Amino acid sequence: MKRLQFLLKDKLAAASLSILVVTIVAGIFAPLFAPHDPEEVHMELRYAASSWEYLLGNDHLGRCILSRLIFGIRPSVLWVLAALAVSVGIGAILGFIAGYFRGLTDAVVMRICDVMLSFPGYVMTLAVIGILGVGLENILIAFVLMKWAWFTRIIRTSVMQYAESDYVKFSKVLGVSDIKIITKHMVPVSLPDIAVIASSSFGSMILQLSGFSFLGLGIQAPNAEWGMMLNEAREVMFSKPEFMLAPGLTIIVVVSAINFLSDALQVALDPKLLASKYKLQGQGPASTARLQGKEVA
Amino acid sequence: MVSYIIKRSLLSIPLLVIISFLTFGLNNLSPLDPVEVILHAQGVPTITDELIVETKAALGMDRPFLIRYLNWFVSCLQLDFGNSYVTGKTVWSLLAPAFLNTLKLTLISAAAIIALSIGLGVISALREGKMTDKSIRGVSFFLTSMPPYWLAALMVWYFSVQLDLLPTSGMDSYESYILPVIVITISYTGIYFRMVRSSMLSNMNEDYVLYGRASGLPEKKITMHILRNSLQVAISVFCMAIPIILGSTVVVENIFAWPGLGTLSVKSILSRDFPIIQAYVLVLAMAFVLFNTVSDIINAAMNPKLRKGH
Amino acid sequence: MAILEVANLKIWDSQTGKVIVPGSSFHVKQGSCLAIVGESGSGKSLTCRAIMRLNKTGIRQSGDILFNGVNLTELPEKDMRKRRGKQLCMILQNGMRAFDPSCVVGVHLRETLACHFGWGREEITAKMKRAMESVMLKDPIAVMNMYPHQLSGGMLQRIMIALTLVLEPAIVIADEPTTALDTISQFEVVEQFIQLREKMGCSMIFISHDLGIVRKIADDVLVMKDGEIVDRGTSQIIFSEAAHEYTRYLVSSKQALNDHFKRLMGGVSLVER
Repeated sequence: MKRLQFLLKDKLAAASLSILVVTIVAGIFAPLFAPHDPEEVHMELRYAASSWEYLLGNDHLGRCILSRLIFGIRPSVLWVLAALAVSVGIGAILGFIAGYFRGLTDAVVMRICDVMLSFPGYVMTLAVIGILGVGLENILIAFVLMKWAWFTRIIRTSVMQYAESDYVKFSKVLGVSDIKIITKHMVPVSLPDIAVIASSSFGSMILQLSGFSFLGLGIQAPNAEWGMMLNEAREVMFSKPEFMLAPGLTIIVVVSAINFLSDALQVALDPKLLASKYKLQGQGPASTARLQGKEVA
Repeated sequence: MVSYIIKRSLLSIPLLVIISFLTFGLNNLSPLDPVEVILHAQGVPTITDELIVETKAALGMDRPFLIRYLNWFVSCLQLDFGNSYVTGKTVWSLLAPAFLNTLKLTLISAAAIIALSIGLGVISALREGKMTDKSIRGVSFFLTSMPPYWLAALMVWYFSVQLDLLPTSGMDSYESYILPVIVITISYTGIYFRMVRSSMLSNMNEDYVLYGRASGLPEKKITMHILRNSLQVAISVFCMAIPIILGSTVVVENIFAWPGLGTLSVKSILSRDFPIIQAYVLVLAMAFVLFNTVSDIINAAMNPKLRKGH
Repeated sequence: MAILEVANLKIWDSQTGKVIVPGSSFHVKQGSCLAIVGESGSGKSLTCRAIMRLNKTGIRQSGDILFNGVNLTELPEKDMRKRRGKQLCMILQNGMRAFDPSCVVGVHLRETLACHFGWGREEITAKMKRAMESVMLKDPIAVMNMYPHQLSGGMLQRIMIALTLVLEPAIVIADEPTTALDTISQFEVVEQFIQLREKMGCSMIFISHDLGIVRKIADDVLVMKDGEIVDRGTSQIIFSEAAHEYTRYLVSSKQALNDHFKRLMGGVSLVER
């Protein structure tokens, strides 16, 4: 609780959190928030400037840009969040098994991770799209395929460090069952680590997904998605560059909020960083930065 | 040291074999029959089952999986990746020039990224908490949250259309490099800058810095020691930056119509040209493993603990 | 005559505003050894670093530090730097971490001596060789060409002492120099500290929480608790008739441990060095 309070005391972090909550709620209840049907074509309103009825104007088919942005939250943010959750879930299960039981299981899981991680991320995604075909769901599959190994490895490292701690050893000696030790003792202490790792990947995944959509490899028309909207705006980039603004800025705001929150979370959850908050605010320890550096793949 | 290099290199061989197997195997997971794709690409009007069987036999695709894999693997070793389904040209003749073009872009960008992130990281760490540090961090934070293709589009709009200074696309002169390199540099510097900065900061808290100061060494000398230790960590990460960028220029290349791997791969994906996709994945995964090996070896050479402690 | 006089030294954390040392005054007599004892976190190390003006940027200090009549707190950083090493020399707790791990230890020795005396490489090597031999380091030339991780903590500690011998400072500040060592190395290092004083006749501030070592090396003792000096006196007085309850507690717990150890070892004292 203290940590949560600390997080909220940081005004920028609180603002980021509210941006994110609003985005997610708006995405889930998109039909309630969107003023218009995102796929409703009004040819007479093509490239209309913003008006009271269409706050952000209309696109090349006269569709309401604001509504498309709101509906775009679903593929651009919510589905990415789902893919993230799945890969973190797989990573957590395997990471716990490998890090807690060690031995042969650990060796096998880690070797598989090594192989998976030796494919650069972008290339892996392209390969999956190449084989399964173009589409949002295939990009998401690719995300899960390439991220799980990454999460497994980090979660295992985190788990191993707790598995060595005295109270876990003590519980083992007392004959407490493994499952009980994991659920009662290991999961609660590892959760902060997992939260930090997951949140630090979220922003880059949103950027990547929108990038693939921008190339036309993701969601297909007429569905609304932020990268897709930018792709459509690109056609008229030289004559009407202002159409690049709304979706672009939306992505920047959401991704910044996520990145900021991730940094704040890291500071709030790490007591060591908490003590020297003034020094490391918005800045992870060397090891994390190093891992992130490798993760860009 | 020599024995370490040999051992480390040998270790990467099984990994390369597994990767090649996976790459080949992946293509067999496709919901589409490659033969149909070929026939489509060749513009055959009506595809009969008979024709499919015939083509399959002609291409040797009716043989068992393992045999096909071994054949493919052996020919890959001879740089023969087969022929494009769509154009019929050899994959090598399409891939090699594209690879070179992407490599040029990558190396220039990587040099810029490394120079910038070391420079900014060191300045920022030395001025920790001051305005310089805060502004560098703020700007880098903002730039990393920006979609690179969006940035690219804005820059094209401003520098090429409004000011008419730089070419919008292609790879005709050295001027064509400017915008793509800037976009790649901006989208990656933030990450590496953070790493250099925090590595500097953690070294600044080390005892050897205190002892150096307590011995009366000038700040310049102490900074050199901090830099030396920080960059040791950074070098292996920078080494990996090259294959990472090599594999992620896709978006930027497509915007600037750069005749490189990214453009080629997206084109092949859209036309389902499997041999090219296969070769693309294989070549980049190999590059990844290769650079990983080299980075480990450099790391061992730099770090006295690994060097002499076996 | 006091070589170092500390008056009203206050140390606080500028970020949290927390006062770590509220105000201590003490002095070190010419040629004598002052030991500062106390639990970890009692402000011993911060006090020493404050004398060297080497605390981290967030840590502030006020008060006067007179060294040979010069107020160190008023010196420009440049003049202070010239005094560090040359006149006030520090020896750290963890030898493993006190040397740059990516360089051979000789690099630090050469850089330090070159910047204070402007000597050339041969001269430094010759002088260091003699000093290192005198602290019982075998094969000094080879040692100078080794990396810190290839040497033991005790050896690194003795290298620091050897460097101090060459620098010939007026005062040596040793911050828990024996804590990270095993018992045998501790013994050797303490011997070297005693000889260092005999050879150079320098003054010394010796921080430790090991009363056995303090008793052996110190002339005067300061006892610190939570940043405050709770007791002071010559080492005989402190060990026999301590005024403050906390000091008595420290001495008696040490005594109890020692007695217990003696009983276990059948009367042979190893702890009482």
